[in-house]
Amino acid sequence: MFGTTLLLAMREIRRHLMRSFLTTLGIIIGVAAVITMVTLGRGVTADIEEQISSLGSNLYIVFPVQGERGQFRAFDEDDVTAVREQIAGVKAVAGQVDQNVTAIHNGQDWETKVEGVSNDFMDARGIDMDDGRRFTPAEEQAGSNVCIIGPTVLEEIFIPGQSPVGERMRLNNVSCQVIGVFATRGSVGGGGDDDNSVFMPLTNVQRRFTGNNNIGYMVISYDSAYDGDTMTNSLIDLLRERRVLLAGQANDFDIVDTAAINETVASTVGTLTIMVAAIAAISLVVGGVGIMNIMLVSVTERTREIGIRLAIGALAREVRMQFLTEAVVLCCFGGLVGILLGFLLSFSLSSALGFPFVFDPFINILSFVISALIGIMFGYFPARRASMLDPIEALRHE
Amino acid sequence: MSSGPIIELEGITKTFGTGAAAFQALKGVNMSIQRGDFVAVMGPSGSGKSTTMNILGCLDVPTTGKFRFLGTEVQSLNKDQRSLLRRRYLGFVFQGFNLLARTTAVENVELPLVYRGASKSERHASAMRALDRVGLAPWAHHTPAELSGGQQQRVAIARALVTDPEVLLADEPTGNLDSERSIEIMEFLGELNRQGITILMVTHEPEMADFAKTIVHFKDGLVERVENGNRVRHGKHEGVTA
Repeated sequence: MFGTTLLLAMREIRRHLMRSFLTTLGIIIGVAAVITMVTLGRGVTADIEEQISSLGSNLYIVFPVQGERGQFRAFDEDDVTAVREQIAGVKAVAGQVDQNVTAIHNGQDWETKVEGVSNDFMDARGIDMDDGRRFTPAEEQAGSNVCIIGPTVLEEIFIPGQSPVGERMRLNNVSCQVIGVFATRGSVGGGGDDDNSVFMPLTNVQRRFTGNNNIGYMVISYDSAYDGDTMTNSLIDLLRERRVLLAGQANDFDIVDTAAINETVASTVGTLTIMVAAIAAISLVVGGVGIMNIMLVSVTERTREIGIRLAIGALAREVRMQFLTEAVVLCCFGGLVGILLGFLLSFSLSSALGFPFVFDPFINILSFVISALIGIMFGYFPARRASMLDPIEALRHE
Repeated sequence: MSSGPIIELEGITKTFGTGAAAFQALKGVNMSIQRGDFVAVMGPSGSGKSTTMNILGCLDVPTTGKFRFLGTEVQSLNKDQRSLLRRRYLGFVFQGFNLLARTTAVENVELPLVYRGASKSERHASAMRALDRVGLAPWAHHTPAELSGGQQQRVAIARALVTDPEVLLADEPTGNLDSERSIEIMEFLGELNRQGITILMVTHEPEMADFAKTIVHFKDGLVERVENGNRVRHGKHEGVTA
């Protein structure tokens, strides 16, 4: 019986192909809109997560901020050592200091910055090498005049297609030997180009460029198995103690947790996605109303047919089932076409906008189920009306 | 099945509307119909013949009175129970044919079997047999729009026959046909009756009523008189009593 009902519904839809298509247009657009919005939202999230992970994951970045009397107090190597030795869960700590310099090679000038770093720093930030090698322990210890250049520097003042490794360059008045090129780390907010940089051993930069032992910021990579709050609190306590801050005085440093940023951004984008999808879902409801409208017209148009069916012995619920099935089949068709359209739309939009395309099976299945439910919801009233017709009246209907 | 009358009406009244607008269409109809009879119901419009047919077809219920069909008190059944009765025992032929448009003859004939839950192949085989009985097997895959009026009515008869009903109800079956086609249809109904189907037919044409064994005349909501026994064409009669 159900197979027959389904067959009858299909036949009826085929008979009014154009009308059926126009009827389901609302559902098609609704489903496509929901899927496109959610898929784009997922793409944006993935894109942002990727950018954030270019900072390095499970990482604290600790930097000084203005204290209560308006002064900045930098960290130094002792702070780095203290954190490394006294905080449980810390895997590596690395200091960084930078200064703007002019790089000169082959008679060409280029405004860039020199960053005093270490291999630990590159590990923590997840910076890979494109060419050459990293610092040796001896170079880090001694503060040798070796440098690892960024892709932008390579592009601007080195000969294209030729490895810069082994070449000499000048940073202000300091001559150094290029030992490698680090891989691009993209731009993380702020508009600065993180690839426009030259790495040198930290002690070397302190000695020859900044002239003091200050450290601009610390990166602390931690084991995610440790409790984040506990770690943050003990880090704050340690730094307050070392900086002799009294109870009641504000911290003159700030701690940024990349995992927390990740979470915050993901949940913000998630909320936005849900909101936009909800707006798109309104069009699904509007589509449902369209289905109801056409089903009511169809019931009126087919009053005589309903009369015939009742006269030859159809039960009210069989007539109701027939019209309900028609509505649900229409909506399911709409859902399928909408899913296809949503796929095409989100795929082309994500590639046009440069987001990764993240296919989410859940939202596709959900949209399909919801469109079927809309068929039941909005098909029920017309179907009930059809089943309540009086056979005598219905047969007399012109 | 019992040997008594297949249909018994006892003091049937039917009132439409209420209060001042109430109209009594039937004012106490008594009638019994034997199995195998061919009854023509005649009368001027407004005489109550259509209302009686609707009650006999289990499409409507009387306001008061008793309607026994195959021993079942139909007036006390609900809508779905009456549907099941129609599905099981009744076949309908209408004046306007009432075939489903844009649906082939064989699909139209299959329709009652769909509600009986017959399988696809059973349905098709039975429908083709019924179409063959009315001589329309070659037109099985034509839609009503492609068939003449007489052919459409024969498809409708095939649809009524496909379930092997006890009773065939025909409401002005020749009303939309020319006289030649009408006589064809009536001869066919006569043939079915000889094969054992009880036929109840409403008509206002005396020539068509002549094919019946019994003629019941309605007037003003009552049975005015019953003619039987003079149907030379069909030999012996079985009684309708008023």
